[in-house]
Amino acid sequence: MTAPAVQPRAFPGQRALSRRGVLFGGLCLCCLPTLGRAAEFFTTEEVGPGIFVRKGLIVDATADNADAIANIGFIVGKTGVLVTESGGSLADGQWLRAEIAKRTQKPITHVVLTHVHPDHVFGAGAFEQDKPVFIGHAKLTEALSARGEFYRKRLIDLLGEARTGPVVYPTMTVADTAEVDLGDRRLTFTAHGPAHTTSDLSMIDSGSGLLFPADLLFVNRIPSLDGSLKGWLTEAARLKAMGPSRAVPGHGPVTVDLAPALADLTGYLTALRDGTRAAIAKDVSIEKAVDTVARDQRDKWALFDTYNGRNVTVAYQELEWE
Amino acid sequence: MTFRIGKTLSSLALGLALATTALTPVAWAAGASDTDQERAARWHEIATSIFGDRPIAQTDSLVKIDAPVRALDAALVPITLTMPNDGQIKAVSLIIDDNPAPYAAKFEFGPAADPAELKLRVRVNNYTDMHAVVETQDGKLYEAKQFVKASGGCSAPMGMSDEEAMKGMGDMRMKFAESQPGKPVEATLMVRHPNFSGMQMNQVTRDYTPARYIDKLTVSAGNQKVFTLTGDISIASNPVINFAFKPDGKPIQVAASDNQGGHWQHSFTPPSPTN
Ligand SMILES: [Zn+2]
Repeated sequence: MTAPAVQPRAFPGQRALSRRGVLFGGLCLCCLPTLGRAAEFFTTEEVGPGIFVRKGLIVDATADNADAIANIGFIVGKTGVLVTESGGSLADGQWLRAEIAKRTQKPITHVVLTHVHPDHVFGAGAFEQDKPVFIGHAKLTEALSARGEFYRKRLIDLLGEARTGPVVYPTMTVADTAEVDLGDRRLTFTAHGPAHTTSDLSMIDSGSGLLFPADLLFVNRIPSLDGSLKGWLTEAARLKAMGPSRAVPGHGPVTVDLAPALADLTGYLTALRDGTRAAIAKDVSIEKAVDTVARDQRDKWALFDTYNGRNVTVAYQELEWE
Repeated sequence: MTFRIGKTLSSLALGLALATTALTPVAWAAGASDTDQERAARWHEIATSIFGDRPIAQTDSLVKIDAPVRALDAALVPITLTMPNDGQIKAVSLIIDDNPAPYAAKFEFGPAADPAELKLRVRVNNYTDMHAVVETQDGKLYEAKQFVKASGGCSAPMGMSDEEAMKGMGDMRMKFAESQPGKPVEATLMVRHPNFSGMQMNQVTRDYTPARYIDKLTVSAGNQKVFTLTGDISIASNPVINFAFKPDGKPIQVAASDNQGGHWQHSFTPPSPTN
């Protein structure tokens, strides 16, 4: 990707949809939970047996897109439905819940809260009525306690209270690994050390072999650093060692080959690490470093100009104490 | 976290010595939409509270503020203050008008100082004017201004627990840039300290972590003072300060204290100048 896809229409794979195609199986759009105009372009894709994923927009949250910027979806098992990611707002979660209802009548038994970021947790409120198990990293509760209301207020400024939804806490936490059995398939969870954030949880589906690394894997959209740069490189190596060949990234296409996607990710993180270290060693100040570090990665990532400087700021603080 | 108290200074904790009461989370009902007149009126009120009736003249030569127009990270906004180094600057104050405690920092220079360039990192809670006010040796005041777009910097949660954030509190490092004999030496002082703003939520108790910040930091070269910094909650966590000093071969002494009685002292030996 050479330029940031800033228009909701611009994401690939959706352009060919006919007018009929966007009518969501005959339902008129005006009856659907409101996602803003962007909803017209949304659909879930079956990426594996019983696995449905909606591609998030490669843009930042706006009033129009209801923060529907992450890849979200669900897995239909024999005993029930597991939501792999809930969405970026109550509106986004409601949209996903309506999608599920179109595919299956099975109960929604599990909702995964992959990490603390708002585009991954604010959809959870839409599923509270289903009384599912909310699964999260052992550190997610404290991270949500610290940041949940802060994020919520900012989202309310953007979307209004009704479309934002509550902060939902995990009811099942994973400190190391855990398993959930859906009857005909098992989901294995891994709680990761500080990486993208301090509460990253990944999952592998035994039915398809697909890895769900959430935001431990960004594709096309520039990774955003909010945990530990060195830790992220460690956890990326760990994902690779887990051995799956295909993955559903937190942002980017609905599925990718894991090895090359991880290579791109670690390519950026390594450039960020090495460039920041070099800047610190040469006494280049933080405000200069934000404009110089990892520039050679600029053409490879959407939203580079929005996030790279911030990533350098975070990396600088981590690495200056080395 | 917006705690609206209206546009009056009466209940505002100004920060520094003027913050006589325990700091409570307050913020201006200010924002992006304020007019220039409103901002100017607010600055007048703040300036009067800090400097009394003393006149403050505009300057573009005695101090200059460099700050990003739009902050990438509101909890860490790098600021550079540039001043003449001919000995006429006695002190410089940094005021972030729309922060809950606007008076962010005051540097008072000693004989070993070279105030030409001073860098620090601050939190910015709102779209705000930022003012630098210098006092010259003859007691006159001059101000410079810069507008910064940022929000939430004071209440932005840290990415870790309070306990982790306090790990190694009081540790310090100092880096010295290469220098020529007889010339001022540039140095970077790093201090491990969370500088809790009092507006950040504790992750376990879900209560506000009480403000705990470096309130006094003195740097000396031998027996000669470089500067004394009086700080407040607007200084970013793990404070980093770039400054320059006139070396006399003796170690650099740093003494820091925080508002909860913490006290730390470190000594650093600058490398001898390379010829
Ligand atoms: Zn994320």
